[in-house]
Amino acid sequence: MSDATKSQSELQDDHGDSPAVRPNPTSTDLPTIALQKPEPEAGAHVSTEEKPPPLPPRPARADSLYQAPIVGPAGLRAPPSTARPRLQATATTAVSRTDIHTHSYQDGSRETYAASKQSSPPPTSWGGWSSIKRLKSQEASDSASIRSYAPTLGTAGDVDSLLVGFSGQEQTSGWNIFNAQLKETGLQHDDVFEEDMVLENFDQEFDEIDALEGEDKTEERLLARWQAKRKHFMILSSAGKPVYNRHGDDNLISGYVGIVQTIISFYEGAQDQLRGFTAGGARFVVMSQGPLYLVAISKLGESDLQLRVQLEALYMQILSTLTLPNLTHLFSHRPSTDLRRPLQGTEPLLSALADSFTRGSPPTLFSALECLRIRKAHREVINDTLLQKRCESLLYGLVVAGGRLVSVVRPRRHSLHPSDLQLIFNMLFEAEGVKAGGGENWIPLCLPSFNKNGYLYMYVSFLDVKEEKDPQQSSQASRHDEIAVLLISANKESFYDLRSMRDAVVEELEQNGSMAIIRTAIRNGRFAATDIVPGTVLHHFVYKSRANVQFVMPSYEPHFTTLLARRRLLSLYHTIHAGAHAKNAHLKVHHCISRSSISLAWITPSFELYCVAGPSASRNALAQSANKVVQWARREEERIFIIGGAVF
Amino acid sequence: MAESAAAATKPSSSVKLVLLGEAAVGKSSLVLRFVNNHFQENKEPTIGAAFLTQKCNLPHRTIKFEIWDTAGQERFASLAPMYYRNAQSALVVYDITKPTSLVKARHWVAELQRQASPGIVIALVGNKSDLSTSADGETASSTDNSKKGSSAASEDEANGGDDAPAVEAEDDGAADSDPRKVSTKEGREYAEEEGLLFFETSAKSGHNVQEVFTAIANAIPETQMKNVKGPGMAGGAQSALGAGNERVNLNGPRADSKDSCAC
Ligand SMILES: Nc1nc2c(ncn2[C@@H]2O[C@H](COP(=O)(O)OP(=O)(O)OP(=O)(O)O)[C@@H](O)[C@H]2O)c(=O)[nH]1
Ligand SMILES: [Mg+2]
Repeated sequence: MSDATKSQSELQDDHGDSPAVRPNPTSTDLPTIALQKPEPEAGAHVSTEEKPPPLPPRPARADSLYQAPIVGPAGLRAPPSTARPRLQATATTAVSRTDIHTHSYQDGSRETYAASKQSSPPPTSWGGWSSIKRLKSQEASDSASIRSYAPTLGTAGDVDSLLVGFSGQEQTSGWNIFNAQLKETGLQHDDVFEEDMVLENFDQEFDEIDALEGEDKTEERLLARWQAKRKHFMILSSAGKPVYNRHGDDNLISGYVGIVQTIISFYEGAQDQLRGFTAGGARFVVMSQGPLYLVAISKLGESDLQLRVQLEALYMQILSTLTLPNLTHLFSHRPSTDLRRPLQGTEPLLSALADSFTRGSPPTLFSALECLRIRKAHREVINDTLLQKRCESLLYGLVVAGGRLVSVVRPRRHSLHPSDLQLIFNMLFEAEGVKAGGGENWIPLCLPSFNKNGYLYMYVSFLDVKEEKDPQQSSQASRHDEIAVLLISANKESFYDLRSMRDAVVEELEQNGSMAIIRTAIRNGRFAATDIVPGTVLHHFVYKSRANVQFVMPSYEPHFTTLLARRRLLSLYHTIHAGAHAKNAHLKVHHCISRSSISLAWITPSFELYCVAGPSASRNALAQSANKVVQWARREEERIFIIGGAVF
Repeated sequence: MAESAAAATKPSSSVKLVLLGEAAVGKSSLVLRFVNNHFQENKEPTIGAAFLTQKCNLPHRTIKFEIWDTAGQERFASLAPMYYRNAQSALVVYDITKPTSLVKARHWVAELQRQASPGIVIALVGNKSDLSTSADGETASSTDNSKKGSSAASEDEANGGDDAPAVEAEDDGAADSDPRKVSTKEGREYAEEEGLLFFETSAKSGHNVQEVFTAIANAIPETQMKNVKGPGMAGGAQSALGAGNERVNLNGPRADSKDSCAC
């Protein structure tokens, strides 16, 4: 007890004194561009202490066949003369890609970052491909300087020539190239999706295990219920102390925790690191992070890589509560530390994360953010408002609507990382703690990808909070149309400054009509796939811009309204995502056919497209729609993504 | 509370108030009850602190509370000074079913007495009185009874009917397993020693919640209030008025506020 209190007070001290301002080494060294571009290079350095290589210059936009600076494994960069100067001056996006996505492969250590491998196929498969491109690049170079490169368009130049022509006038040319690519390169793969997974009674997945009537509460029954869960997360200390379990209390599952711990330490003892194994239809993935073991147990058919991304997010949440120095200190001080106490109150956040993974979370799976779709000019007004009303102590300012980003203001030198934003969004929109409190909030938190060593302070104000007569009923619905203003500072005394900034911003947004625009966009919800491609066979799709680290997708309506249907969809996305990102996948296009759907993953250096159609759709129709979606996304880029954000 | 029709012309001032206390004693629930007249089972822990405002009408003035509802978790404790530094009042809350929470409350009281502004008005609040199964006047003193017939309408039903079994109380109602672990007497005696206001409340039933805030509003010397907008009232006049009240005895306000509960 006295030991525990002692470490507590040290924790507080650290808390008070820890430097909050400086970001992680990895991000300090970032060039002025906010967005860490997901070039292979960018992905390759992540999260280590080493200095990241300078960002590649932002290539110009590939508007058409002739304009596109040609890219390939050898030529991912746009000609410096055209693109570089502007790029340095203009930020792309406020978000930067982090390591999350790229962390590891089934067999690889965490240090093996995936991005490079994912996006640069083996040379063999590229030989012919890139030579085509080089050829075209010569044609293109003449006209390259004529058309505007639209400096704000960040995604552009790394566009694989797959895309060349898509945004041109002839739709068919894109289609031809697409087809040609399939034929020429043989980069196509079919997969049969095992759909009938253990999804029966999926809606009971989130029920509490001990929420049973009296006599049913035998240990046997409880264990049966525990085993019936399709997804478990366990966190334990290296010494074997439980830190967190998603399901079941310590007593109930202590046996299991013990077994898991024994297995892990057996391998540790053998100087071998256990990464994962399969048992009883469940995949176990183990991640060791400093003094902690994080274990995911899944019957949902997710890949190791995907599960690791989830474990990583849980670990980030722990860092966000404690900071890395505090965590290390606690254990170096006393290896048998019970972390539950210092983590008190973090459990709901971990569970909210865990459950969103189990339900299926596009932002996590695709390691990207979703934005509210509004006109470019409208977004600029909001950006300008944030800039104008900015107060001295502001580090980052965000306007968020129901978990979708509306606008970002940030210092030129600092980017925001999707994994950090994921923690914030989880706290605000998935967990209840902040939202249900009402009022405004002042939250110390560590944003590990920004700086894992110290705390920042976040001012949160939800606007539009309606009078909720029946919060049980309405909270679920209303959560998705809530607008929040988040203002982050390194100064813990800046609450009142940020608060008056909020007042000024909100007043201005009301006056200049932006608030109404945001509200309308929220009310309209996501578009339907058929709005994008009339009559399309697509039931759903996800388009991710790799440069912007953002994705866009249509509404889940009408095909995926239930929890189960949505999980099925996300499982399908997991499958094609895993197929397309498997270690040796040099596949650019990955098909998957099942009894109830036909789907496609299409990976290029600049974007990833995942789409799903009904089982009767033809492959051609699917591919045609995929092309249309890509064309649309390029056209609407500045509406569906935040490119640049407001920079000061 | 609601008796004033002349709210518009009454002077209005703002009062900073901070809630402190161990995690899960019900600080946020008290604020939620006070501000929204609402209660939520299984409320998640506060992260950092929440800032809320709520008006409170007194016969002669309107008080605008600026409330800091802080998180009880240890790791946030180092931020507490920022919240109480300029506070004119504090609610130090414990849970009557949890003796350790009273220990923690004592620590907060001591810290406030050492570090907060000298004139700070502190109320000690024993929350979750609805969980007490002992009849009125047994472990609990007359606290619960003295308010019968006044404005707290919901308390009777809440204590009787929809009262869900307490988290820890498995056999609710058995006389020898009263979940209450801190007697009213113990709380009150400590409060008297330290010169604190004292209430037992239930955020769940609403019992005594309004009263705590009213009592605090009454206990704060007018001179210590920031004038928000005192229509037709010069600042000088107000402080002159309040001068007699300065260093007000904490027993005073309890005597003249008909709304606040006698302890
Ligand atoms: N029975 C009963 N339960 C209460 C009462 N007040 C709060 N609770 C419950 O106690 C738990 C904790 O309440 P909170 O209001 O979150 O406690 P808190 O002091 O704000 O906790 P932190 O924010 O973590 O410091 C919740 O489950 C509430 O529903 C009460 O008067 N009676
Ligand atoms: Mg609280």
